[in-house]
Amino acid sequence: MAAMEDSSKVVTHFKDALIVPNRPEHVVPTYRILEDGKLNTPDKVEISDEEVIRCYKGMVTLNEMDSKLYDIQRQGLISFYMTSYGEEAIHYGSAAALDMGDVVFAQYREVGVLMYRGFTVQNVVDQCYSNIRDLGKGRQMPIHYGSKELNYQTISSTLGTQIPNAAGAGYAMKMQGKPNCAVCYFGDGAASEGDFHAALNFAATLGSATIFICRNNKWAISTPTRDQYRGDAIAGRGVAYGMHTIRVDGNDFFAIYNATKEARRIAVEEGRPVLIETMTYRVGHHSTSDDFTRYREQKEVSPWQKDNPITRLRLWLENQGLWDNNKNDQLKKEARESVIAAMKEAEVLQKPKISDLFTDVYDKETDQLRSDREKLFQHLAKYPNQYPIDIHLPES
Amino acid sequence: MNLVTAINDGLRVALESDPTSCVFGEDVAFGGVFRATTGLREVFGGKRVFNTPLSEQGIAGFAIGMAAVGSTAIAEIQFADYIFPAFDQLVNEAAKYRYRSGNEFNVGKLLVRAPYGAVGHGGHYHSQSPEAYFAHTAGLKVVIPSTPYEAKGLLLASIRDPNPVIFFEPKALYRSSVEDVPVGDYEIPLSKARIVKEGKDITIIGYGAQIQVLTEAAKVAEEQLGITCEIIDLRTIQPWDKTTVFASVKKTGRLIISHEAPRNCGFAAEVAASVQESCFPYLEAPIQRVCGYDTPFPLIFEKFYLPDKFKNLEAIRQTIQYDFSDQ
Repeated sequence: MAAMEDSSKVVTHFKDALIVPNRPEHVVPTYRILEDGKLNTPDKVEISDEEVIRCYKGMVTLNEMDSKLYDIQRQGLISFYMTSYGEEAIHYGSAAALDMGDVVFAQYREVGVLMYRGFTVQNVVDQCYSNIRDLGKGRQMPIHYGSKELNYQTISSTLGTQIPNAAGAGYAMKMQGKPNCAVCYFGDGAASEGDFHAALNFAATLGSATIFICRNNKWAISTPTRDQYRGDAIAGRGVAYGMHTIRVDGNDFFAIYNATKEARRIAVEEGRPVLIETMTYRVGHHSTSDDFTRYREQKEVSPWQKDNPITRLRLWLENQGLWDNNKNDQLKKEARESVIAAMKEAEVLQKPKISDLFTDVYDKETDQLRSDREKLFQHLAKYPNQYPIDIHLPES
Repeated sequence: MNLVTAINDGLRVALESDPTSCVFGEDVAFGGVFRATTGLREVFGGKRVFNTPLSEQGIAGFAIGMAAVGSTAIAEIQFADYIFPAFDQLVNEAAKYRYRSGNEFNVGKLLVRAPYGAVGHGGHYHSQSPEAYFAHTAGLKVVIPSTPYEAKGLLLASIRDPNPVIFFEPKALYRSSVEDVPVGDYEIPLSKARIVKEGKDITIIGYGAQIQVLTEAAKVAEEQLGITCEIIDLRTIQPWDKTTVFASVKKTGRLIISHEAPRNCGFAAEVAASVQESCFPYLEAPIQRVCGYDTPFPLIFEKFYLPDKFKNLEAIRQTIQYDFSDQ
């Protein structure tokens, strides 16, 4: 894409200048190729059947895991949870098109990307339980996953902050001569943050090898997109930043896969950023602290519960003779059992040792932190029954 | 070299010694509005020394991302007054990156430089000293040099420190402070205060441009009162060198802390409280804070606002002459 020239069109009538361009040809179209269980496209979809089945299994497992972990939050076994209902294809369709060397910066509703990369149900459950196997040492809320081994930068709650981080990472990776890119996920609400604007403008002007993937699920907690923006959603902005942009049906696994694959080629080979807006619908509550019936009606949600990315992909698999009811029942059963087994394992594990409260603030413990740590342990020695010391791993 | 030349030379050494390092910010390509990056783009190329769009949250966020994947990011915020749009990125992201990930990730290769402090006519938004905002944030280091030699050595140590560092440069000294600076590579350790001048009757603590003011005040006080002052340049605001400060106060029994920033919750409050906790039996007079007033930084009133030589001189006099029986 050539850099935008300064606008040279001259108008002589105030009337013309005030017309807001809102005609259909100005709206970025939506790319969809999976229709009624068939691929309707002249484009190639270069993905093996085995890979599609792997992703489908991942999507179903994620779905079952969400359902169980949502329930156990309601029972008070974990403090918080967020489901991915309706957005599973975005996770797996994009993850399958990436390379393990690509660095992922996510928001919080993208655990499928991490699971595609090898994060297990057990890893997820351990993080949610803040036990000794949580790589984050129990310091962050549930669902704030991260893994160096899987190239998935640790989630933070602050919305939109990871978007300029991904712009910088994509620039650095290009400078380092790596055949990889940064990939950044965020929602339509986060795209209203100043960080989104800064990030896309920086990535475009500086030439970052970064793919920005927006999950436009139409709701930011209780705020519908009509209260979030009035332009051509998020894709319209990518065009304005002078960036390769595509809008994709977010419930179409193959469309997301194809778009991400081409975006990755542009980012890595041409060293330029790409924006992908995936149009979907947040079928579940925002989080376990939210009840969506207070701001939207079930009749709005119902159609999306039927037209969901999992059933759409399943129909394709069945048409190919790759899937059937028995396999599906077996898969769901295995997924549920894996979550229950993981919970049993997670709940008996100890919490990280108390001194981990003080480590990793800096690379080394400062004098002040050493003093604070020593004072805490002197205090605990005096008041041992006032604190849940026993649930933590003893100090070595 | 003057102070800005020393910074420029420090950046050159950093770019030479680390091929992943990049210098960027608003207007750095042509040499920077204070000439701190002069000539670097010509030597190291436009991919390593470059302008960014005008967005401080973008600069900080971009730099954090570079550091997160292992490149050295040396970002410039044009004036410390304009670091606040980047506050979220620095406080919520950079500072907590290592801790929140359980050390899976870190942004230790991040450095943010910003000119700070009074300059004679900077008004509200070209004069501020925001170090205390950042000193309240675990995970960040905050460094402020006071001379050209100090600036280069502390800058190189800050760039190479495995933690995110905010480096405030006293812009009033950019051209006025001149001394011999080695052209080679050297570092001055962080979290280590410098005893500018030894003395036995009173300890005076400051940093950055205030060291010059305190040196002048102490000279006059010594002549007038027949005392000796111990002046300490804190250098690193966070984590700060309590050992050196406590040892000095235990020796002198008296303490003044002075900074340009407003008094209320300024860094002097932290130093004063810590000294009171750890040196209580040694104190022979109340600890005095000589700071900016709790107002925005004013234009035409700057000379009245600043904690200048005479305000410090008067504080030294009162502290030395303090008598418990008068109270």
